[in-house]
This record gives sequence, C-alpha cells and structure tokens, in this order.
Amino acid sequence: MTATAMHAVHKILAAAAGRDHVRPGEIVTAKVDLAGINDVYLIAVRSFREMLGTKVWDPGKVYIFLDHNTPASDLKVAEAQKAFREFAGEQGCHLIEINEGIGHNLLPERGLARPGSVIVITDSHTPIHGAYGAFATGLGATDIAAVLIDGSTWFRVPDVVNVRLTGKPGAGIMAKDAALCILGRLGTDFGAYRVIEFSGPVVEALSMEERTVLTVMATEMGAKSAFIKPDRTTIDDVKGHTNEPFTIHETDPGFRYAAEYEFDLTGLKPQVALPHSVDNVRNVEDVEGIQIDQVFVGSCTGGKSRDIEAVAKALAGKKVASGTRLVVTMATRETVRQAIRKGHYQILLDAGASITSPGCGACSGLLGGIVAAHEKCLSTANRNFPGRMGGSVEAEVYLASPLTAAATAVAGKLTSRERP
Amino acid sequence: MKISGKVVVYNHDNVSTDQIIPGQYGYIQDMKEMAEHALEGADRTLRDRLRTVGSIFVAGNNFGCGSSREFAVIVLIESGVKAVVVKSAARIWYRNAVNLGLPVLFCPTLPDSIAEGAEVEIDLEKGAVLDVATGAVHQGEPPSEFIIGMYKEGGVKPLMRKKALERLQEKGPAGG
Repeated sequence: MTATAMHAVHKILAAAAGRDHVRPGEIVTAKVDLAGINDVYLIAVRSFREMLGTKVWDPGKVYIFLDHNTPASDLKVAEAQKAFREFAGEQGCHLIEINEGIGHNLLPERGLARPGSVIVITDSHTPIHGAYGAFATGLGATDIAAVLIDGSTWFRVPDVVNVRLTGKPGAGIMAKDAALCILGRLGTDFGAYRVIEFSGPVVEALSMEERTVLTVMATEMGAKSAFIKPDRTTIDDVKGHTNEPFTIHETDPGFRYAAEYEFDLTGLKPQVALPHSVDNVRNVEDVEGIQIDQVFVGSCTGGKSRDIEAVAKALAGKKVASGTRLVVTMATRETVRQAIRKGHYQILLDAGASITSPGCGACSGLLGGIVAAHEKCLSTANRNFPGRMGGSVEAEVYLASPLTAAATAVAGKLTSRERP
Repeated sequence: MKISGKVVVYNHDNVSTDQIIPGQYGYIQDMKEMAEHALEGADRTLRDRLRTVGSIFVAGNNFGCGSSREFAVIVLIESGVKAVVVKSAARIWYRNAVNLGLPVLFCPTLPDSIAEGAEVEIDLEKGAVLDVATGAVHQGEPPSEFIIGMYKEGGVKPLMRKKALERLQEKGPAGG
C-alpha cells in the first residue's frame, strides 16, 4: 500500500517541512524561502521586539517593501517608513525603496518567484506567486514577526481544487475577464482554506503576466494559495531573471482534487464586477452606459507592462472623455521604463491621463486617486469592497480588464467597445 | 476555555477588513486611537455597542475577508471584544485572531437566532454556545488541538517569548 497521491503543492510543503509526505488537514512547520513586510505593517517590527527578536533568521531572505503608500502621503507614513529603513539597516535585510514599485511584481522581475519556493508576505495578494509554481500565501504582521525569528511557520496542509479553463476566448478577452467570470459563477469563498490550481489549454497559452492575474484573483476567491503547473513559459521566464536553482514538483498521477470546475471560455464577453462585491459580476454589455467619474489603471493585478500596453494601444490618438479622469499607476519602475521606451507613456499623457509614481496607489485607498462619496470608479485592480478606494463606503468601485478600462475612459461611460 | 458575556450582533456576510478598519487608518501607531474607527465601514454604531451592550461579537459568513491587516483583529480586541462567533471567517483574519489570542468560534446557527444583548456562554473546546435565557445550545466547530494550544498560550507572542527565554536558558549564563 503506497502513500496517497500528493499534489505538487503538498510536495513543496513536505520538502519545506523536511518530510516525505504530508496529508491535507494536518499541521506542519515549514521553512520559508522569502518573508516580506510592506510599509503598512510596522507593527510586525513591534511584534518582533515583543517576541524578544534581536536578529532576523536570514537577512538575505527578508524583504521590506515600501510600496503601499509611496512617496509618503503624510507624517505618520513618513515616520513608519523611516522606522522601516532603520530596521532594514540594523538587520541588513533587503529594503525595497519607494521608487521601485509593487513588491508582488518586483519578485518575478528579480527571479525571486520560483517554482517550489515558500513565500509569505504581509499581504493578502501573495498567492499571486503561485503563477510561478511557488507556495505563496499572505500572513498577518505578528505571524511574519515569528517567521523573522524562526525562519519557519505553521500551515494546515490545504486541499486543492482545480479550475480548468478551456475553449477559445475571443480577441479582447483578458485573464481578468476569465477571473471575474469564475468569481461570478463560484463566489468569493469557494477557495477558502484551499489552494486553487488553474489549468487547461487557455492557461497554458497565457503569458506569465496574464497568469498572475488568475493567481492574484484567487485571493478574492478566498484561496489560501494558488498554483499553475510550471511549464516551458514559466521556466524560460524564471531563467531569464535568475541563475538560482529551483525545484519543479509534479502532481502524482491519480491525485484527487477536492473539487474540479471547468469553464469553457469560447464566446466569453468582457466582464465587470459591480459594487460592492467581486462576485457581483455581469457582462459589460448588459450594464453598459453607467457614467464613470474615474478610471484607475494600476495595482499588482492591472498595472503591469502588458496592461499598460493594452491601455496605451487602445488610447492611441484618442482622448479621455470630458468629465472622466484617468489615473494610471504603473506597477514597477521597470514598467515605467518600458512604457517610456515603447512610447506608451507619451500616448497616455496625450490622452489626458494622470500618471503617478509606481506602487500600489489608489488600489489600497491610501493615496494617488482616492474616490469621493457617490463617485463611480472603474478599476483594473482586484477588489471593490465598500471603502476600498479611500474610505468612503459610498464610493462605488467597478472592476474590469485593462481593455474595458481604456474603452470606458474614452467613452466616459462603462463600455468594452472601442469607438472611433 | 469558557467565555461568557452579552452579544453584539452584526449578522452580515463578507464583512471585509476594509469595513472592520478602513485602510487609511493603518498608519496610526496607537492601537487605542485606531480602535476609535473599529467597524466604522460596516456600521458606525457598533463601536459604541461593543462598549455598552456586550463583548461577544457575532457576524455571518466569510468574516474578515480581504486584506491581511492584523488591525482587523486588534481593533476588536481594543474595543473590548472577548470572543467572536461567526458562521465562517476568512483564512488570514482567522489566523491573525488565533495568533493574537482572540477566541473565534465557527457556529452556523447562533448568528441567525440570537438577539442583541442576549447573554451567552461559550465552551471553546467543545465548540458550543449556550444561549443562557433559553437554554438552547448551538453546536459549532470545535477548534483543533493545535489552535486550542495556541489560545492557551495566549497567542503567538507569549509562545515566541517563551521559546526565546528557553533558548537563553539553554545557553546558560554568559561569560566564561
């Protein structure tokens, strides 16, 4: 009698726990390959001290990301960031400064999102790195403080569900539309305490950036982590950014998923999540024409190079509608460089966009495009809970793809159709 | 572990961390000051009700969904919450609650059948809640031994302090 078949994610956890085998439901202590803290959570440093921490376990594996509120919008933020700089200096760990951009998008740029690694960051969207075959999950600040001391943390070994994407999505359909379609059908907690694997021919054909849109949106599906089986696209991307070795774990034949879902994306229309829930999803054409005050293109989900390129190409020679504003926050400094090199930056400026410095920006509701009460914002980011974009619970946030965002900016009204 | 008190009921699903403590308050370093804004994105009366009505907070499904912010647990503790009973909770919020020693019980029936101000007794190990006035027992999900162990330590901070002190003792007195 052999042990039950394991999923690749279980093998990652087993390896990190120094075990041959793990079972869903059991609790294991796993070694961490990368621990990150963002600038909202200085409390992690406080907890580290309260736990009598003096030195982090491995400064080379600890990253502090000043990405959520950059450059500092007020005194409290400035003080917190100063304290982080001092902590990073004292510990000798990595400090991602305010000019670099969103940590989640920097990790792949630096070859730090790799198959087989265990990544924990004080950010709920950490499952994004599952696109690279990592086990990545968000933890709270005190949890991370314990990781800083021990270099490990406890996990309940999760079940895995498989979301298979098939069919031939038409031109103009992006991974964001697929993610919203899944949310509309399965809701915001079908992935709770589980790993969501995305598979199937549609996923295999996607670029790495588009794959990360699926895995980041797994957070909104309630998932603990996400996973896409590493393939040639993954390996080429990772090797293009690092010479560090990595391990690809394979799911055993005969592994049984806790649930399996299939979505045929042939004929899928552009999707939009209406306020105030990510699963309140419709076809854009069914709710077309809603007046939009602000379009926000940005975040780890919708501010990457390909998103900026898609928006810029759609806006070439056009203007943002009068009465509507377009705020663009590119994900990283490299995204900005590429946008300048390819002429996209100029197109966006000429179309009338406000372009902020890279970072999380308005998605986290801290700065750079906060929305007033009763205003409507169409965003390429990942969530639209009440109060998400600046604290007014009366502000209305709509979520859609970068292409829908571009068409909406030009029309001044919700639409996915380009107009001449 | 037994916890008793009166309930404050907000029986809604998907109460997000953005509602429990809106993001713009995240840089407030004094947690008491931050707690002045507890739950204000959900219902502005809740903070006062937690002071005047009771200390057991009751909500619906997927409580604490959204961001990883631990403040969404801290502001409840700072508002005097002694335990939370929900139909279900989002993973990171729940993990933060365990780490910070805030008892959470998953119970599908209590939120729909208890009125604000009612007195309850929670038996955490058994996963049960007694409605004192009616004598009804609502059976929820007993937390795992591991989780109960964390609660008994008072959360991860006391646990880590203990480990740090043990390491120091193993090393013995400095010098020599």
